Amino acid sequence: MAIVTVNEDVCKGCGLCVDACPKKIMALDSSRINKKGYHTASCIRMEECIGCAFCAIMCPDVAITVEK
Amino acid sequence: MAVVFAKTKMLCEKPFHYCPGCTHGIIHRLVAEALDELGIGETAIGVAPVGCAVFAYDYFACDMMEAAHGRAPAVATGIKRVCPDKAVFTYQGDGDLASIGTAEIIHAATRGEKITTIFVNNAIYGMTGGQMAPTTLPGQVTTTSPYGRDTSHCGWPVKVSEMLSTLTGPAYIARVSVHDVPNIKKAKAAIKKAFQLQMEGKGFTLVEVLSTCPTNWGKTPQEALMWVKESMIPAYPLGVFKDVTAQPATPEGGAQ
Ligand SMILES: Cc1ncc(C[n+]2csc(CCOP(=O)(O)OP(=O)(O)O)c2C)c(N)n1
Ligand code: SF4
Ligand code: SF4
Ligand code: SF4
Repeated sequence: MAIVTVNEDVCKGCGLCVDACPKKIMALDSSRINKKGYHTASCIRMEECIGCAFCAIMCPDVAITVEK
Repeated sequence: MAVVFAKTKMLCEKPFHYCPGCTHGIIHRLVAEALDELGIGETAIGVAPVGCAVFAYDYFACDMMEAAHGRAPAVATGIKRVCPDKAVFTYQGDGDLASIGTAEIIHAATRGEKITTIFVNNAIYGMTGGQMAPTTLPGQVTTTSPYGRDTSHCGWPVKVSEMLSTLTGPAYIARVSVHDVPNIKKAKAAIKKAFQLQMEGKGFTLVEVLSTCPTNWGKTPQEALMWVKESMIPAYPLGVFKDVTAQPATPEGGAQ
């Protein structure tokens, strides 16, 4: 398993990480809102994460950290 | 557990001001990582443009200078000639580089200035509200071409990489894209190569990066990436247009 951490303060909810993830386990959370007013992204099934970092490579705001 | 991906130390803590999904941020990261990995980040000097990347001086963890609109290559020329051992780069949009700054980029390139230009082509003036740029595609709707760019009176897109590669001064000119992960990896390799050749004193280096402007294109970030792939790349083919270090093709056609 890998660990994906999203820096919620800088996430702009663009969703590019969601589309980039090959396991389809990144999602925008419409029930959460950060201080800039965006629905932020997070990994919803961490146990399926393969640590490929595609989400982080695609993130324009460099908001994602990946550990494996 | 090992860190597979973390923000490079060559980017400051300050969050980017770019619109959601704008790929300026990806390009910033690639430049910062390239400087760091080549071990030239600590002493590098960047020149920021006028355009959406005007605040680039707040984001890179190296010395930065702000240039007047389009004049970054002239400013970088001065910096490099005073500090020939340092990595010097400009970061410019297509309005900045291919419109008001056309003279500066052509002459810096033909003089073979040992600098690296990161040319962000998003086919529009982003900062000022989406006006037509020299790089706007035929038929593309912008605020100043509401019926689409009409080539009968607005002409055709300027192909900067092709044009500059006809000159003798440049050592390396490539066009890349950041619309998906494989292309982002290729873009990083091209940026690294450009900086490497600059440090070897080979000549002028430029990497043109096809980039999105979801806000002024009137598209979602996802649609914008698709538009790069389906509309921009056919008009602006990716590839290396000049590389003075490339091996000449062998008679068997086994060029690498
Ligand atoms: C001398 C001068 N002329 C015009 C402007 C207005 N202006 C600001 S940014 C810009 C173009 C920005 O487009 P681009 O370089 O493509 O960068 P982007 O914002 O798309 O990243 C223009 C025309 C200016 N600031 N200064
Ligand atoms: S590291 Fe790979 S598998 Fe894990 S969330 Fe990111 S893109 Fe998906
Ligand atoms: S790509 Fe980055 S900014 Fe966009 S939703 Fe994902 S984490 Fe947030
Ligand atoms: S206006 Fe366009 S180029 Fe500028 S930050 Fe927004 S999306 Fe990016």
